[in-house]
Amino acid sequence: MKVGLFIPCYVNAVFPEVGIASYKLLDHFGVEVDYPIDQTCCGQPMANGGFEDKAIPLAKKFDQLFEKYDYVVAPSASCVAFVKENYPRLLKKEEHLCQTSGKIYDICEFLHDVLKVDSLPGKFPHKVSVHNSCHGVRELHLSSASELNIPKYSKVKDLLSLVEGVEVLEPQKVDECCGFGGMFSVEESAISSCMGEDKVKNHIATGAEYITGADSSCLMHMEGVVDRQKLPIKFIHVVEILAAGL
Amino acid sequence: MSTKHTKAAEHFLSDKEQETWHNETLWFVREKRDRMAFSIPEWEELREMANKIKMHTITHLDTYLEQFTDKAEANGVVVHWAKDAAEHNQIVLDILQGLHAKKMVKSKSMLTEECHLNDFLIRHGIDVIESDLGERILQLKGEMPSHIVLPAIHLKRQQVGELFEDKLHTEKGNSDPTYLTRAARQHLRNEFLTADVGMTGCNFGVAETGDVVVCTNEGNADMGTSMPKVHIVSMGLEKIVPSIQSLSVFTRLLARSATGQPSTTYTSHFRKPVKGGQMHYIIVDNGRSEILANKKHIQTLKCIRCGACMNTCPVYRRSGGFSYTYFIPGPIGINLGMLRHPQEYSDNVSACSLCYSCNNVCPVKIDLADQIYRWRQNLDSYEKADPLKKTMSAGLKFLFERPGLYNFALKFAPLVNYAPRFLIYNGLNEWGKGRELPRFAKESFTSMWKSGKVKPKK
Repeated sequence: MKVGLFIPCYVNAVFPEVGIASYKLLDHFGVEVDYPIDQTCCGQPMANGGFEDKAIPLAKKFDQLFEKYDYVVAPSASCVAFVKENYPRLLKKEEHLCQTSGKIYDICEFLHDVLKVDSLPGKFPHKVSVHNSCHGVRELHLSSASELNIPKYSKVKDLLSLVEGVEVLEPQKVDECCGFGGMFSVEESAISSCMGEDKVKNHIATGAEYITGADSSCLMHMEGVVDRQKLPIKFIHVVEILAAGL
Repeated sequence: MSTKHTKAAEHFLSDKEQETWHNETLWFVREKRDRMAFSIPEWEELREMANKIKMHTITHLDTYLEQFTDKAEANGVVVHWAKDAAEHNQIVLDILQGLHAKKMVKSKSMLTEECHLNDFLIRHGIDVIESDLGERILQLKGEMPSHIVLPAIHLKRQQVGELFEDKLHTEKGNSDPTYLTRAARQHLRNEFLTADVGMTGCNFGVAETGDVVVCTNEGNADMGTSMPKVHIVSMGLEKIVPSIQSLSVFTRLLARSATGQPSTTYTSHFRKPVKGGQMHYIIVDNGRSEILANKKHIQTLKCIRCGACMNTCPVYRRSGGFSYTYFIPGPIGINLGMLRHPQEYSDNVSACSLCYSCNNVCPVKIDLADQIYRWRQNLDSYEKADPLKKTMSAGLKFLFERPGLYNFALKFAPLVNYAPRFLIYNGLNEWGKGRELPRFAKESFTSMWKSGKVKPKK
């Protein structure tokens, strides 16, 4: 099984450790991992800001770079959702048949649904509050959305339960948006900051030491709030906990 | 980088106590909605069924509107057709003047807000009385609704107490909700008794029977149609459902989604005029048939005006209804405003983080967030795109199209971490107003991969 590892632009620049943990996990489960060196960004920031056309050349490049792999895996639910949901339509404008939309996975989804991981080495003896990100929940269905009357589940919590010692908590308003939203965070900065502050408050109220989740972008946004207000909580991407023993 | 919405939202947020109260009160309604939705095992099936019935009905309006009006006319109702707001208002005025009517009592109707009916009638000497408590408060205060189901949700009871002291001469300093409601009730009782005409909106028009169904909690629509002998119904042409059986799907969804009640206190069916009286239906287009032809936004016509998308919206809860420039706020209002006039109402398109919660609560499954995403793609063609966002997008495209340049940027990005604070945190940095910027890692993932630090080279 050959996997093309996609490390989104901001993870590459700000959270390389998340990329390393992703590699370690895939490698541990015997997956052949390659990292196409010319990858950059999926194009979501421009598209959500209203400039989808600017994302088309990036989509085409991305699709060509990753089409040869059995799967494309990335530690960022939002970027994965963008490729999965929007690339076929965007590439149609270029008369290019999208190859990657059907085989791209968020790494939690991949570990849970494709590799069907049922044990992990290592310990993480800490209390963590899970951040259920909007696109992870409502586009990739990593957990049951709070609005829907469907059986409750969480792939992220399932995976975390495999790590010894970790105590998993969830905030009140369990999947309310943290206020990031790409360019929304600068265009509507007052509302965005307020959403971030409220979200962090709810996470802290669980008594957790860490906020964790499948989306580095939400974690990055909330970390900005925590750093500004010097609040007592730390951040860790879920793959770093899953790779604690590797 | 700002829109009218961002500025109004900033103003709303400056009163933190009021913002928190507004946010939590509407979240409380969302939670009530959840409890009601989760108490019905077939909830998601109901939503899907409602979606299908509405799509079917709005794409077969030629048949259903004809059936509806045939039935209504056979029942003795006078049916009028209005192509726009002006025609609608004129029809109402003509009916009133034909009867020498001086006073009309109304129940809640968003369509009459859309048509600015009250102002028009008042200008022509008609005394128009809103009888829904929230709407009456706003009428006395001279304000617009800030929510489509909870119109006065931006006001606290103390403010209502002060208003009633002034207008209804209630006791000074008494803002007890029961006391104030009683005062409003007594005052309205007289209006019901002396009105010449009663007007209602319409939640559903049943094609099979010609019935108009009005859902209220206060019984004011029933008072307003029982005392005066003339009943005028103002309805959008998309309000039709095929049958009583299909209506039952919507009556199960509406109040649960709107206020977290199993049903509204009153679900009243009106079919024919009272003895010696008159009943009029005014069926209004006002842009709806154009939406029918708009594939990307046709789904907005399924809306049953429950307001659930507002209660769940993290932006609406924290910015209030008046931060939007269209009279319907929140996710559905962003879309309806753009359909009304894209150049005029484009300021609301920024009010969405694309969290998609609205899509999930919508009882008729309107793709609200997807539509907002689509409007954003069009802003540039309306010359309403934010120039800074446009430049940023072009810059990002330029950078990301060039892996060499991107890797070069990655290499030198950490230097930003050492820049003096005043250079980074100034008025130009919107992010920096409430948050610290992320710090770049010493070495990027790409660089580590290249040098074999991630995967040892074989």
